[in-house]
Amino acid sequence: MTGSTVNTGANRVAGRGRLSPAKTVSFTFDGKTLHAIEGDTLASALLANGIHLVGRSFKYHRPRGILGSGPEEPNALIDISRDKARRQPNVRATCQEVFDGMVAKSQNRFPSLEFDLGAVNDGLGRFFPAGFYYKTFMWPSKAWDKLYEPIIRRAAGLGDSPDEADPDHYANRFAHTDVLVIGGGAAGLLAAKTAAKSGKRVMIVDENSEMGGGLLSDRQVRLDGNPASDWVEATVKELNELDNVTVLTRTTAFGYYNHNMITLAERVTDHLEMPDPDLPRERMWQVRAGRVILATGAIERHLVFADNDRPGIMMASAAQTYLNLYGVTPGRNVAVYTACDSAWAVAFDLKEAGVHIEVIVDNRKDVDEALLSKANELGIKTMIDASVVNTTGRLRIKTIEVKPTYGSLEPFQVDCLLMSGGWTPSVHLFSQSRGRVAFDEEKGIFVPDIYTENCSSAGACNGTFDMEDALQEAGKLAVEAVKALGGKAVKAVVPKVENAISLEGFHIGGAESAGPDDFTKAFVDFQNDVTAKDIRLAVREGFHSIEHVKRYTTNGMASDQGKMSNMHGLAIAAEMLDKPIPEVGLTTFRSPYTPVTFGTLVEHNKGELFDVTRRTPMHDWHVDQGAVFEDVGNWKRAWYYPQAGEDMDAAVNRECKAVRDAAGIFDASTLGKIEVVGPDAVKFMNMMYTNPWDKLGVGRLRYGIMCREDGFIYDDGVVARLAEDRFHVTTTTGGAPRVLNMMEDYLQTEFPEWNVWLTSTSEQWAVIAVQGPKAREIIQPLVEGIDLSDEKLPHMSVAEGKICGVPTRLMRMSFTGEAGFEINVPGDYGKAVWEAIYERGAPMGMTPYGTEAMHVLRAEKGYIIVGQDTDGTVTPHDANLSWAIGKKKTDFVGIKGLKRPDLIAEGRRQLVGLKTVDPKIVLEEGAQVVDDPNHPIPMPMIGFVTSSYWSENLGQSIAMALIENGHNRMGEVVHIPMPDEIIKAEICSCVFYDPEGGKVNG
Amino acid sequence: MLMIYCPYCEEERPELEFHGEGEAHIARPTNMADISDEEFEKFFFIRENQKGLVYERWRHLHGCGCFFNAVRHSVSDKFIKTYKAGEPKPKLTQKEIDAVLPPAKSTPANEPVWTVEEKDQ
Repeated sequence: MTGSTVNTGANRVAGRGRLSPAKTVSFTFDGKTLHAIEGDTLASALLANGIHLVGRSFKYHRPRGILGSGPEEPNALIDISRDKARRQPNVRATCQEVFDGMVAKSQNRFPSLEFDLGAVNDGLGRFFPAGFYYKTFMWPSKAWDKLYEPIIRRAAGLGDSPDEADPDHYANRFAHTDVLVIGGGAAGLLAAKTAAKSGKRVMIVDENSEMGGGLLSDRQVRLDGNPASDWVEATVKELNELDNVTVLTRTTAFGYYNHNMITLAERVTDHLEMPDPDLPRERMWQVRAGRVILATGAIERHLVFADNDRPGIMMASAAQTYLNLYGVTPGRNVAVYTACDSAWAVAFDLKEAGVHIEVIVDNRKDVDEALLSKANELGIKTMIDASVVNTTGRLRIKTIEVKPTYGSLEPFQVDCLLMSGGWTPSVHLFSQSRGRVAFDEEKGIFVPDIYTENCSSAGACNGTFDMEDALQEAGKLAVEAVKALGGKAVKAVVPKVENAISLEGFHIGGAESAGPDDFTKAFVDFQNDVTAKDIRLAVREGFHSIEHVKRYTTNGMASDQGKMSNMHGLAIAAEMLDKPIPEVGLTTFRSPYTPVTFGTLVEHNKGELFDVTRRTPMHDWHVDQGAVFEDVGNWKRAWYYPQAGEDMDAAVNRECKAVRDAAGIFDASTLGKIEVVGPDAVKFMNMMYTNPWDKLGVGRLRYGIMCREDGFIYDDGVVARLAEDRFHVTTTTGGAPRVLNMMEDYLQTEFPEWNVWLTSTSEQWAVIAVQGPKAREIIQPLVEGIDLSDEKLPHMSVAEGKICGVPTRLMRMSFTGEAGFEINVPGDYGKAVWEAIYERGAPMGMTPYGTEAMHVLRAEKGYIIVGQDTDGTVTPHDANLSWAIGKKKTDFVGIKGLKRPDLIAEGRRQLVGLKTVDPKIVLEEGAQVVDDPNHPIPMPMIGFVTSSYWSENLGQSIAMALIENGHNRMGEVVHIPMPDEIIKAEICSCVFYDPEGGKVNG
Repeated sequence: MLMIYCPYCEEERPELEFHGEGEAHIARPTNMADISDEEFEKFFFIRENQKGLVYERWRHLHGCGCFFNAVRHSVSDKFIKTYKAGEPKPKLTQKEIDAVLPPAKSTPANEPVWTVEEKDQ
């Protein structure tokens, strides 16, 4: 398509704007196809096509138009989609660039934008005062579930969430720089240039598609005698050519964190028609800067007057941006209502572009003579010391009524009203850095006062509204920054400024007609529909802190975070409180500065990359055997190995029987392993574990319990003594890191003089458990150099030798109650050794068993699992492990804790077995246990079920439970109330199988 | 995100490499088995948790693995210094302390504001 044949809108102004009309794109808005010029924002494209009405407001569903031209936009939130999966609600039309094929839809309206049923709320506005929800949905409490919550949920929010998974990818980058300049306007560019020329590494970022900030929409100012855009282009070119400079556009600095860490969101592809699929949609930057120069500019405030929210009412500076950046006029018959000089310049600019200016209304008593005479010269009617007090027009403004302070009401026919209440410095990032602001009475603004981070503020964001002063300030701060970082600074080259637009004059708080009556809707916060009367009401109802007023009225709590409304809300509250503004205070600015997509925050960390997956050396074998896996911490563990036609129960029953009847093979590689080595190793083990270790002979194993100082069980595991000074410690699968951390902590900080080394060996060893009556027979021929006889290698002993030619630490031990071995081999050989054992064992009836069968088998023996049968409040005594505490020891971690009154008290919850009276019923883990199921509610609960399984070997269900005074209640019947029945169970010993324990000995 | 100087590596590294380990300078009693319940309470449960200068433990977990101590202001989050485990609390100069104090309340901005009634009390 070529520009000459495509109509990109009736409101294009020839000769204005920076876009090249030759390149056009088409898009749809609410189903209608429209054309735009490449580089247009959605807002400028709509305005060019004469469309102001773009949405409905949050609470009253009032028709709303485009208000601004930047990130502060509260009204023009649009649903944008590229394709079915790439849809995003609540996109600011003022920031989204149009690309060919874009589908845009208005939000928060039904059935259509022009006719919206929700607008009935507008008529009912007097029934929706501040705090409406708090006051209305109080009672009856039962109405919450069925009535109030569904209604509120349906009414809440603006756009609809996307319903498909996000197909795009997002990237992340860390960066370090000497100087980070935030904002690419006049001050930012000069600061960046000065620091860069001084040889510092510089990053300059700007949220717009082009550097230049306000300079690009200012046709009046001259820098060194030329249009400002010439200086911008030359400076950007210079910066781009320097190797030590990174220039990022479409990049928002949204968070300021400790020690000069700034987060940036770079929008990489959202403006492109056919993005390269290899490109990330957005990129998150985490920048650590030596010094930050904030050049974030200022945001123009609106004026608070009756019905100030009609489509066609717009910020004056926005109109100037649309005219000079995009070549679009927002109207043909325009009025201006202002308290600031800058809006006069906008009127003159529009007039010179051929737009009719109906009237300039200024509510100040005195206005600069030069402005008045220029207006005269251009033939523009002016009304000083006058206010717009009313507007009409439902879907687009039609008339305004102007009331001079001394004079009578005068109506004007308009299709657009531009307004300006002056400028608010963007101190958001400064405030996020925990800097403190001070109030400048003369300009009615909060400006940076006390800095806590290594940063400075240049230009309008520092309240320096005069452009020449702003440039001087930027140059000076850049020189300071270079020197502070230990460099030699070049002299800042500040261009000569002529004809700068004045930002003098302001109005904060309610203007004429904003009240104090209770019916006028003079909007303070457009997005959350907060009016001046809402703020007054909040103060009258006793909300005197500005933080409370904010939350009660929701002023400044929408996605625009009150960029335009905060100051007005504050001033109205201050007036009501009869206090000066600085005494009322400003609410806190928090990250993010503008909304950031979840994708950007998540960046690469999703799907497969969300978390680490740990696999054992034998993992592939389990996969080949059709194992079902369960996640244990980061590990994938084989859960059970179903054969054809088997469900989980059948598989687990078969596996359990096989282990007791013949043999089973189990992958125990995930166990944590720590090697404790050194002359003081035994002393250290004595301190860490409750057990005594001095008399554990070399080549012997012992089950160890580790407590915290409070006496509660922290971890457990079997420990092998390989030499006088060397222990092979095992921990629970999930506990390895915290156990090592605790050991390191004691070793480094309490006993640094002890000569001990701790090494994590969890992944060095693959562990193959072979358990069952045939275990020895199976592995015997594969083992070299170890006598496996009961005499030489009895239960709970270890020997080093070889298996299948590979070095092994062979442990005779059991977590099943059967005679068995845990064979440690170097990780790389794990699979080969496993396969060799399996090949020999399978014909003899050996079966692989998974973690579920392991759980059942150990529960049959009453072996606990820390974290399942203990919960951080269970002592070794509670868990039937008193025998594991060294009675003669004078110290170990937990020795004092175990003596605390509560821990030695009678009646603690103790670990016992439970046999259901009906042996077929399997209890639910976590089920509560009670004495008397007929007790009125609240029913005292005496404990809960910790482990529960069907035991195929015993032909009955088995369970373990923590029950008050359980050890003294053997044989008693307790009750487990469930939704459909009350189950009876008898308290018994935890050891259900082979209570004499003879089987482990072979 | 904080930058933390590891006194063992002698380098300033980002917070991501470290793990906070609670209050510092709480020595484990050498006669643990014999201490009173009150002494145990003080040792195990009671923490200063104060607004102001805090002495705390860190571990350079994803670095050298060493535990060390730091003195930091809990409001400004600024460190005065870090030092090796086992070293006594460092003597701080007024200048060092002043350097980490949060800014004085020049304006009530960004601070909770109390009502007139509360102020009068």
